[in-house]
Amino acid sequence: MLYLIEQCLNGIQLGMLLFLLAAGLTLIFGIMDLVNLAHGSLYMIGAYFAATFAAATSSFITGAALAVAATLVVGMVLEVVAIRRLYGRDHLDHVLATFGLILFFNDLVRWIWGPAGMSLPLPMEMLTAVEVLPGVFYPAFRLVIIAATLVVAVLLYILVMRTRVGMLIRAGASNREMVGALGINIKLLYTLVFGLGAALAGFAGLMQAPILTVQIGMGENILLLAFVVIIIGGIGSIRGAFVAAIIVGVMDTIGRAFLPDLVRTFVSAGAGSSAGPALSSMMVYMLMAIVLVFRPEGLFPATSK
Amino acid sequence: MKRYLLAACAVAALATTPALAQQKTVKIGFISSFSGPVAAIGNDMRNSFELALDHLGRKIGGLPVEVIYEDDQVKPEVGLQKTQKLIESDKVDFMVGYIWSNVLLASLKQLVDSKTVTVVANAGASQLAGELCSPYVFSTSWNNDQLPRALGTYMNQKGVKSVFQIGPNYAAGKDNLDGLMLSFKGQVAGREMTRWPDQLDFSAELSKARAAKPDAIFAFYPGGAGVQFVTQYAQSGLKGQIPLYQTFTIDELSLPRLKDLAIGVPGVSHWVNDLPNEANKKYVADYKAKFKLSPSFYGSQTYDAAMLIDAALKETKGDTANKDSLRKAMEKADFKSVRGDFKFGPNHIPIQAFYLQDVVKEGDDYRLKTVAKIVDNDQDPHVGKCKMPN
Repeated sequence: MLYLIEQCLNGIQLGMLLFLLAAGLTLIFGIMDLVNLAHGSLYMIGAYFAATFAAATSSFITGAALAVAATLVVGMVLEVVAIRRLYGRDHLDHVLATFGLILFFNDLVRWIWGPAGMSLPLPMEMLTAVEVLPGVFYPAFRLVIIAATLVVAVLLYILVMRTRVGMLIRAGASNREMVGALGINIKLLYTLVFGLGAALAGFAGLMQAPILTVQIGMGENILLLAFVVIIIGGIGSIRGAFVAAIIVGVMDTIGRAFLPDLVRTFVSAGAGSSAGPALSSMMVYMLMAIVLVFRPEGLFPATSK
Repeated sequence: MKRYLLAACAVAALATTPALAQQKTVKIGFISSFSGPVAAIGNDMRNSFELALDHLGRKIGGLPVEVIYEDDQVKPEVGLQKTQKLIESDKVDFMVGYIWSNVLLASLKQLVDSKTVTVVANAGASQLAGELCSPYVFSTSWNNDQLPRALGTYMNQKGVKSVFQIGPNYAAGKDNLDGLMLSFKGQVAGREMTRWPDQLDFSAELSKARAAKPDAIFAFYPGGAGVQFVTQYAQSGLKGQIPLYQTFTIDELSLPRLKDLAIGVPGVSHWVNDLPNEANKKYVADYKAKFKLSPSFYGSQTYDAAMLIDAALKETKGDTANKDSLRKAMEKADFKSVRGDFKFGPNHIPIQAFYLQDVVKEGDDYRLKTVAKIVDNDQDPHVGKCKMPN
């Protein structure tokens, strides 16, 4: 039982990370109708910035704050320079252009930081496990990830639901033309939203950096799961992204933790240890397929377009 | 006019062919990983091969040499495709490289069927030592299970009674986890195989290890994944509670990124940068001078591969056409290996010593240090399954 709680925490932690990525992705997809494959590159840039700034300032927190700000700027510049030209075009154009951006960013990072990758070391006091419940120990830094992401989620909720900018964002998601017709500077709004998405991705990258280290192409695998999250959650819906991210995170982790043992009870140990990991990595995609069949618009679709 | 010129060129080319044959160039195809997070391994191997050619005066066996490097992208299907390209269209005399057991196994049939003399500079798939052994394929590395088997011997000495095994779900992962059990006398408290190569978060597996309460954790994570595994092991707070033992997980490539996290994690290797033989001293010193980095065991094996081919070609006086005499010359392995004594078993896998290595900090530098010799003249356990034709 205690072990189950620990595995659920692992799942929630993965879910939190997916939420940070998916929130930006779903905002950009929902509001600008833009498929942004380069979102993972912003995640990578955030991690590289954090590693660089943390090393320069010898403080994890200062480095992290600077990295979020820098990724925000990179996102806004990217929107003005490249992404702006893609609105209203075919989705295939988006995929091609943003795939090109992935290659561009990978080589840019190789050019600036070299191919070897970097580390973002944690302060020594973070290298412990905390007793969250009697008998349940959990790595301190993973708890920090959960807590920090919850704070970000609440802030994002307040921003989108309680402020004027948020109102415009929601309005932009449901009827773009009307917002423009009402005299809102839609260009600026788009730049801000893209920057916000980039900052969220950068934050995800820097939170993950101490665990997974900083490498070229680090955003590409996780982006796939983030897309699964926004499809399950409903495109354009932050709430959907949050719920779906936790479902996907917990499902993936629980699958990894229990499925191999379950499979082993049915087939031989050798086949089980190969089939288990394979089967558990399929589970989230099966969930996505089921959602697409029964609720093609996702679990929490954004209000009608 | 154009046509005449072309014809003239063709005639000229034909006329010069015999002259070229006398100044024959040895062509070597080199497969490794040069892109993505594991590019550091490929670069180390290429650096070492180039350094060996420098030491040989940019010649091999006294002949001019051309090396064609190809990237397998850590994918078996890409490795096979590049192998085919090197053999069929580049018509190479030798093949060298292969980091990954699964990439090697996918390409092996192509290598054997074309009778291309191959020096595997890392991948130690157990099948290669056993039923799939070939007269034309040689290894300057080891068999996957030799290192964990030596480590198991050490763990017995340390009085470890139960172990939790974690490794990636591919050929070498299975070989390593099984290899430990060839000598380890304690219980297996659990065995986890993770998705390879894209799973880099091991939270679920480390939680399982914590719940199983073993005496020790054994991990095999080569390349970048080793950095992630050891980092997460330290972050999970397990470091003070359950000691970690590893093979191939901590090396000179991961050490600059792991730093203090790697201290106190023992490992096993057939080569350590401080082995006190002359060939090794020259290799390590010149490598550091030329590339401003420390070589890793991947590089040491590749350096040996170049020296092995050089010695064999000197023996055959540069003849690469007679495969049987070339094979015999390769089997002699008449060269100074950077690991010290080197000889081939009947399955063309080296018979060699394995050392316990530890991480030490010297000033701001971290490096691996030889602690003790665990086994000497160690032969892989699959040699009996190899039916090597004479």
